Amino acid sequence: MHSFGYRLNGLLTFALTILALMCVITSLSDNFNTPSPSADIKITNINWFQKQPQGHDEVSLTMNVSADLQSLFTWNTKQVFIFVAAEYETPKNSLNQVSLWDAIIPAKEHAKFWIHTSNKYRFVDQGNNLRGKKFNLTMHWHVMPKTGKMSADKIVLTGYSLPEEYR
Amino acid sequence: MDWQGQKLAEQIMQIMLLVSAVISFVAGYVLGSFQMMMIIYAGGVTLTALITVPNWPFFNRHPLNWLDPIEAEKHPKPQVAGSSKKKGSKK
Repeated sequence: MHSFGYRLNGLLTFALTILALMCVITSLSDNFNTPSPSADIKITNINWFQKQPQGHDEVSLTMNVSADLQSLFTWNTKQVFIFVAAEYETPKNSLNQVSLWDAIIPAKEHAKFWIHTSNKYRFVDQGNNLRGKKFNLTMHWHVMPKTGKMSADKIVLTGYSLPEEYR
Repeated sequence: MDWQGQKLAEQIMQIMLLVSAVISFVAGYVLGSFQMMMIIYAGGVTLTALITVPNWPFFNRHPLNWLDPIEAEKHPKPQVAGSSKKKGSKK
């Protein structure tokens, strides 16, 4: 501590080191949070179901998505990114995942919601396998913290199926 | 700043920064606000800087006793190699 600049440098360095430690502890404090999210999706209507000119099946559907993800939020949560994916099996691929809808939840108040929407992204198959296909709708979420590691999890909802014939 | 003052400044700086960190973390955790934690910590760092970095008088309470100039003239420095050695007694 021999001069003004020396003391200032020492102080700033120490302050930054302590700040880094505070961020680590903040991130670790998230482990005390045990989330209990819930979600439900109902398909209200299959709008149309056709074979595209390139030969791939495409379906457009309308669904009600309701979820309560408030328990995912802590003081260290910046936002939660959620998306709904349709998952099914085909002879060519053991798992197909098609993202149908997504949203960013910026705050806890917005995490309990109900939305009536058609699929935001196109539900197109790699082939013609969708007739009569049974599929799952999975709600995925990614919790993005203000500082620390991102975590992700999902809820799988089973029991959905597509019509046997094109409409 | 004298030597004692430098030591004091360093100690005050370390303790104040740690205390600000603890207070700001606890406040942020209890309030559930990351922003409050950052604001309180920034305030703590600024306060610490204001107290420990400038050369305040209370850091100079044990000043060094430099040799009086007249006293120094009585005992001149020995000449560098080249000329004859002067015998000067230094106290």
